[in-house]
Amino acid sequence: MSKIITKSLNLWYGDFQALENINSSFSEKKITAIIGPSGCGKSTLLRVFNRMNDLVEGVRVKGEVLIGGENIVSTEADLVGLRKKVGMVFQRPNPFPLSVCENIVFGPKIHGIIKTREQMEGLVEESLKSVLLWDELKDRLDKPALRLSLEQKQRLCIARLIAVKPDILLMDEPCSSLDPQATGRIEELMRELKNNYTIIIVTHNMQQAARISDDTGFMLLGELVEFGRTENIFTAPQDKRTEDYITGRYG
Amino acid sequence: MQRHLDEELKELHKDILKMGVMVQEEIYKSVEALKDRERQKAQEVISADSRIDELELVIDEKCIDLIARYQPMAGDLRFITTGMKINAELERIADIAVDISQRVLELVDKPLLKPLVDIPKLSAIAQRMVAEAIDAFVNKDAELAKNVVLSDSEADKLKDSVQDELINDYLAKDAKTADRAVPLLLICRYLERICDHATNIAEDVIYMVQAKVVRHHPEQLK
Repeated sequence: MSKIITKSLNLWYGDFQALENINSSFSEKKITAIIGPSGCGKSTLLRVFNRMNDLVEGVRVKGEVLIGGENIVSTEADLVGLRKKVGMVFQRPNPFPLSVCENIVFGPKIHGIIKTREQMEGLVEESLKSVLLWDELKDRLDKPALRLSLEQKQRLCIARLIAVKPDILLMDEPCSSLDPQATGRIEELMRELKNNYTIIIVTHNMQQAARISDDTGFMLLGELVEFGRTENIFTAPQDKRTEDYITGRYG
Repeated sequence: MQRHLDEELKELHKDILKMGVMVQEEIYKSVEALKDRERQKAQEVISADSRIDELELVIDEKCIDLIARYQPMAGDLRFITTGMKINAELERIADIAVDISQRVLELVDKPLLKPLVDIPKLSAIAQRMVAEAIDAFVNKDAELAKNVVLSDSEADKLKDSVQDELINDYLAKDAKTADRAVPLLLICRYLERICDHATNIAEDVIYMVQAKVVRHHPEQLK
């Protein structure tokens, strides 16, 4: 079942068209990878899904992006609700300069998800468990999050998203600052998480896209050139531009 | 953009082509040994097999090395994995040329059971199919590969008719012909197996070129 559908989606930054007529459908509880050379529009597309591009001056969007039947790019869309439903993980983990526990409960407090101390403790445990951090950090919940390792910080950022009960996790190069072992563990975590969440990951690492995603989209110059099952994209792409990119002849 | 991988793939391509040429020569020689009743030629085929075995290992190792070092995708991945499979098929064909030569050695000192008519025809088909399958690989020619796959039934029919003749006209009538008829029956079977291997190569080539699986799915050939 589709979780996100884009229809004739176009996006401009001033005069520059960053997305061109994107028609796509992202499956629920699957991992979809978006690949393509730098500047192809893959991060822009990801940022459309939680309206992060609104922060860029001169941005203009045409077309539709349907999440749960609602067009989230319309002016009437509820942005607070949208960002609760669609969380984002960035390239460099960016925990708040607060304790581990405060990082987790920050969002839920704003959204009024937790009211009592018991609820808070339960949510912290549940969120940290879901990113496999609980055992490591259960005795250090009041320690500053900025003192964690890079991998732990990235896991904490994912736990922080999960705490507000989203549907969709957007990940923009989530492993690019991690070493191969930590990358492997985050990938394992993503496989776990897809049982409950729809995950869209932007990555420069083609092998990572091939390893973890169910579907893959290849973008070039703002266009979604090809979209399909990952095994087909990496063994038998239909478009020559996809073939050239994934075999390293281009980009 | 020229990639270092392209150079490596060219080398792999050359090696597989070399393997193909060597294997074709061994089939040719084994069939000639049968026709000319020449012990020397048959022995040459048997002793040449170790060189082909060695090359098979080299090619296999190269393919594994390329996969490990380059993590190839798409057309590159299909080329390398197909190369590995074709390599194995060619090595099997060379083994069959050895089998034919061993049967020839059993036959050379005995009087000919009958003039060889259909066996040379079958061997011509087998040699043509192998040559065309290798050509299809070299030129990435899916059409030619398809023709190879389709010609396999011709070989099957011819094998059946030679077998019927050997069994009904000789073995069934006179059991004493067994020491001459059975090696011929086996050679027939071997030649037909060569055609099957050529068909496998051709099916692999179609996958390599068109990313279409026709093996076990003849309907995909249309």
